[in-house]
Amino acid sequence: MLTKRIIACMDVRDGQVVKGVRFQQLRHAGDPAALARRYNVEGIDEVVVLDVTATLESRQALARTISAVAREIFLPLTVGGGIRSEDAAAAAVEAGADKVSLNTAALRTPELVTTLARRYGSQAVIVAIDAKRQGDRFGVFVRSGTSDAARDAVEWAREAEARGAGEILLTSMDRDGTRAGFDCELTAAVADAVNIPVIASGGAGGLEHFAEVFTRGHADAALAASIFHYADTGVADLKRYLNAEGIPVRL
Amino acid sequence: MIALIDYGAGNLTSVKKALTALGAAFTVPESPDDCGVASGLIVPGVGHFSATTALGAPWRDAIGRAVRAGTPLLGICVGMQWLFEGSDEAPDVPGLGLLEGRCQLLRGDAGQRLKIPHVGWNVLQPPRGPQGSPPHAFSGRLLAGLPSAPHVYFTHSFAAPVTTDCVASTTHAESFAAAVERGHVFGVQFHPEKSGDAGLQILRNYLEICA
Repeated sequence: MLTKRIIACMDVRDGQVVKGVRFQQLRHAGDPAALARRYNVEGIDEVVVLDVTATLESRQALARTISAVAREIFLPLTVGGGIRSEDAAAAAVEAGADKVSLNTAALRTPELVTTLARRYGSQAVIVAIDAKRQGDRFGVFVRSGTSDAARDAVEWAREAEARGAGEILLTSMDRDGTRAGFDCELTAAVADAVNIPVIASGGAGGLEHFAEVFTRGHADAALAASIFHYADTGVADLKRYLNAEGIPVRL
Repeated sequence: MIALIDYGAGNLTSVKKALTALGAAFTVPESPDDCGVASGLIVPGVGHFSATTALGAPWRDAIGRAVRAGTPLLGICVGMQWLFEGSDEAPDVPGLGLLEGRCQLLRGDAGQRLKIPHVGWNVLQPPRGPQGSPPHAFSGRLLAGLPSAPHVYFTHSFAAPVTTDCVASTTHAESFAAAVERGHVFGVQFHPEKSGDAGLQILRNYLEICA
């Protein structure tokens, strides 16, 4: 049986892992390669490296970070943050990324999703959606959550799938960094609307939040950053808990 | 020296990194003729079956010659599918035909939320063997030394059927060939270079076979 995946996300700036609350207030959390090594030992299923600055100067630093992380772990590695062109995606893949995650660029130039899916296969293309509650629907935000894209998250997820995305990385902006639990309604709304795996993100605080998002939220994978970084919640403990709850995980 | 066959679509970086970590010497041959001197061949792969058309007649001939001369061959993901006669993903593109069977689209099961592509960690099981065979042992050389029911990382939509060459199957709404082995021809549908310790063990086994 396919297991539910536990994914550790590292927000990287200038080669260092940082983590903010609601996309703000970045604080340092350590060396990406060292952190990746620890996660690997603890049994993480996948690692995501997000370049949170995504400036031109940070590009080369990012390539070095990807390469250093890929040397440490033999697990799927996703890279995102500011990938706006086929060249930027190719550079990430060349450095050792197995998948690239597109956010703002996918909305601005949806053809890029198709181009990359044709070149590397859909399995290598993740469309990241930052969603926020707007009344009884979920709106999409871009530019690290600062700009309303005037799109519906469920509708955009469907389009992303049709354009060739292999997975959706769905972040609840309302919950990101709050540790109040994943937004299960948002996750289920998107997971039920598409036939590709949905990675839930934003709000992980305790073990029970993961169980919830896998059951009530219909998520295929769950991503967290700070609770793993600061070792509040060990990956191994989390997986033992989920296993005891009857949720299939890789132990 | 392992020859890593590059056909442009596959991401060689991760396989290279895994081989490097295992201390293996490898080369990415620019000419088909270089396949003849390798101690083993690896055809990696992600992406679409049609990408294998980049390996035209000269490559097919050279790889076929090397295999007939006894050189081990390991196909990964699409590289494994290529060992078969063909795939419904690109019906006009012939496979290498070293193994019988055609690759087909997995059906999944929407009702049970078994989505396609099949992405993530799933379990390897010995295919149902002849009566009396031990239930949890993998036959063959490629999967030697693995714990029972290991998890490995898959990402694919098409898969090869379970035939007599299958040494491990995996179930995702239906059973398909996760690992195949016939003589010195090997294939894995999952990505050993992305499957943690279990994957590294499989690559280590292959390197020993090639040594």
